[in-house]
Amino acid sequence: MLSRAADNLYWLNRYVERAEAMSRILGVAHRMSMQSTHGGTRNDEWEAALIIAGCDKSFALHGGPPTRRAVIDFLAFAPDNPSSIHACLKAGRENARAMRAQITSEAWESINAAWLEMRTFSMAKVEADGFSSFFDWVRERSQLFRGVAEGTMQRDDAYRFMRLGTLLERADSTARILDVKYHVLLPSPGDIGGAVDYYQWGALLRSVSAFRIYRQIYRDSIRPLKVAELLILREDFPRSLHACFAEIVSILQYLRESYRRDYPSVRLAESMLLKLRYDDIDSIFTRGLHEYLTNLIDTNIELGAAIARDFMQPN
Amino acid sequence: MTAFDEMDLGPAATQTQNGQSQSQGTNVRAPYRDYKRWLDSAPGDMLARRRQEADLLFRRLGITFAVYGEGGDTERLIPFDIVPRIISAKEWKRLRRGLKQRVKALNAFLDDIYHKREILRAGTIPEDLILRNAAYVNHMRDVTIARQTYTHIAGIDLVRTAENEFYVLEDNCRTPSGVSYMLENREAMMRLFPDLFAQVRVAPVGHYPDALLQTLRDSAPPHCESEPTVALLTPGVYNSAYFEHVFLAEQMGIELVEGGDLTVKDDIVYMRTVGGLKRVDVLYRRLDDDFLDPKVFRKDSMIGIPGIFNAYRAGNITLANAVGTGVADDKSIYPYVPDMVRFYLGEEPLLANVPTYVLRRPDDLKYTLEHLDELVVKEVHGSGGYGMLVGPKSSKAEIETFRAKIIAKPEAYIAQPTLALSTCPTFVESGIAPRHVDLRPFVLSGETMRVVPGGLTRVALREGSLVVNSSQGGGTKDTWVLEEDEAEDIKAGEDD
Repeated sequence: MLSRAADNLYWLNRYVERAEAMSRILGVAHRMSMQSTHGGTRNDEWEAALIIAGCDKSFALHGGPPTRRAVIDFLAFAPDNPSSIHACLKAGRENARAMRAQITSEAWESINAAWLEMRTFSMAKVEADGFSSFFDWVRERSQLFRGVAEGTMQRDDAYRFMRLGTLLERADSTARILDVKYHVLLPSPGDIGGAVDYYQWGALLRSVSAFRIYRQIYRDSIRPLKVAELLILREDFPRSLHACFAEIVSILQYLRESYRRDYPSVRLAESMLLKLRYDDIDSIFTRGLHEYLTNLIDTNIELGAAIARDFMQPN
Repeated sequence: MTAFDEMDLGPAATQTQNGQSQSQGTNVRAPYRDYKRWLDSAPGDMLARRRQEADLLFRRLGITFAVYGEGGDTERLIPFDIVPRIISAKEWKRLRRGLKQRVKALNAFLDDIYHKREILRAGTIPEDLILRNAAYVNHMRDVTIARQTYTHIAGIDLVRTAENEFYVLEDNCRTPSGVSYMLENREAMMRLFPDLFAQVRVAPVGHYPDALLQTLRDSAPPHCESEPTVALLTPGVYNSAYFEHVFLAEQMGIELVEGGDLTVKDDIVYMRTVGGLKRVDVLYRRLDDDFLDPKVFRKDSMIGIPGIFNAYRAGNITLANAVGTGVADDKSIYPYVPDMVRFYLGEEPLLANVPTYVLRRPDDLKYTLEHLDELVVKEVHGSGGYGMLVGPKSSKAEIETFRAKIIAKPEAYIAQPTLALSTCPTFVESGIAPRHVDLRPFVLSGETMRVVPGGLTRVALREGSLVVNSSQGGGTKDTWVLEEDEAEDIKAGEDD
């Protein structure tokens, strides 16, 4: 498989996943801003959304306060923000178009239709029709695309690189959401167990589709430590870092076997998976959750670069 | 000027000596008889319905055509006509022999002018016509290439004027396109008219990608001991023939690469794959010479591969077609192709050229200037209808303007009589009506020569128009070569 094709397909799925993550981030901010009980200023949620999305600096360049309207417009519609939903769907569709021969026509049609429909949305339209239905639409479109690809594509390298794109982006997004929310949601340890926890941590769980799963697994009220455990360490939760890395490693190991080459990226991913497999949440909290997550996010970025070096820019 | 009709629908058509045909009271030419019988028995609105189906089919199948078009809507680039153009087994056999002979001579010519130049020394072709030709590539002088084959894939444009009169209108020795239409049109016809294919024995064309791949493998450089690695080089997604590149690469199961996917190290060409660098042995390139290597040709080419020409010169990779083939299909060289056949093969050409006046010759110039109102005058290096005079359709003033241009630089022009191109029944607004057609078969040269029985039939959809170019209202048809009852060789298409 050509490196360019691998690169295009990997980014195709990263863009789609990023659009979905963006809609989840905005969705939870929207939800939280409606039930603001933690006493912060009104714009806290939206500032947090910018930080999670990694767009706080580029937003600041735009000028103006992070109001609901300004942040949604920037993260959803700004064509000049490369991480906006608009830009992600556009770039994903462009990548798919270039790789038309490598993906199934169903997968192509799914992403193409998503982009064509995206063009009909605007800030004014979404404000009038309700934000939630737009965020739901983005998430559904992303899920549809992944589902169609999963249900129609041959399990070849094209599919594997698409999966890698999804998983790396998802791991990054889960880690960021948890990291930022942890700061926002824990103003003082005394609040633990109060109504704040229920709504705020509940909203966080919902943002990663984990509310019901949490209840199923823990059968307990919502506690930050357990939320973190679910999002980081539980292998049976599909958006957890552990689940993402388990699949990343199995894909990379497969590629290593089939090309019989030594890829540094595989070793890096393996060492990350080992940590996730043997760490326990108490010791993570003892060492500091923020430091732990920052380290994971950095290693994930490094892994992305290593994958690019190994597979997409061979010399 | 009445044109020869491929099916011969007209009431005044001449009867053949075949008693059977007379007893049937038809005036349909033999190759079309089965088709005509089927057509006559079909319900009146059948063709209209099938054409609607064809539209739908191409919208669905043809998503590849649309995706790359601007705007991404579902419009096919070239209209498709549902009435086939039919060629008998016997006619095809003759054509095929002529095509192979002509391409063999063209390859010999290219090898000769880049090496010994015997044809120039013999004075058969004027030396300056070659050596000062813009399409002559000096860098190819004395470069040894595998099998001495230059044009591995040639598209020869033919026109017909009478029962036994085919002429070569043009040779395409660089990167001829259109073969995907041959394949897609057949695919569409088989879906639309399965009953018809049960009644008429049409030679299949679907093995073209196999034949092409085999031809490319045959042409691997000598270093290749195991299975050569073949790739298709495309200028990229914005090229008008991109869908064909995708289609052929997919059909052959080879990588579709762009310039950036290839890199050259120590005169060896590699493609960048997820498994590391992989050596490429044969490159079916659909990129013009000019853009191939910015180190040697156009410096501003962003889509080429720096260093590939040195790798080529070193014999480490085969390019198909070879560099420098353009000189063989230049309009100024065309009049000499029959002489090439005689010179290299010692045979009489089986396929005739359209009679051509070479205006650098004083006699031809004199005749042409006296008959400008009857002739088509073409600029030798022009293409796409630019710098062309169609005498019968031009005003006095236009002819006089052109006359001045010719007199100023006669060597820049050739002239040909206007041909009565054959017509083929075509389904248009008013029903079935004759429209002018041409034919481009594809000739493959590897270890053997291969010609798949068929080709691209282009049709001028406007009444009376002789212009088959898609940009000017041209469409395409499926081309049927009938199978002989006993002669299975048509299917293989590899003998004689």
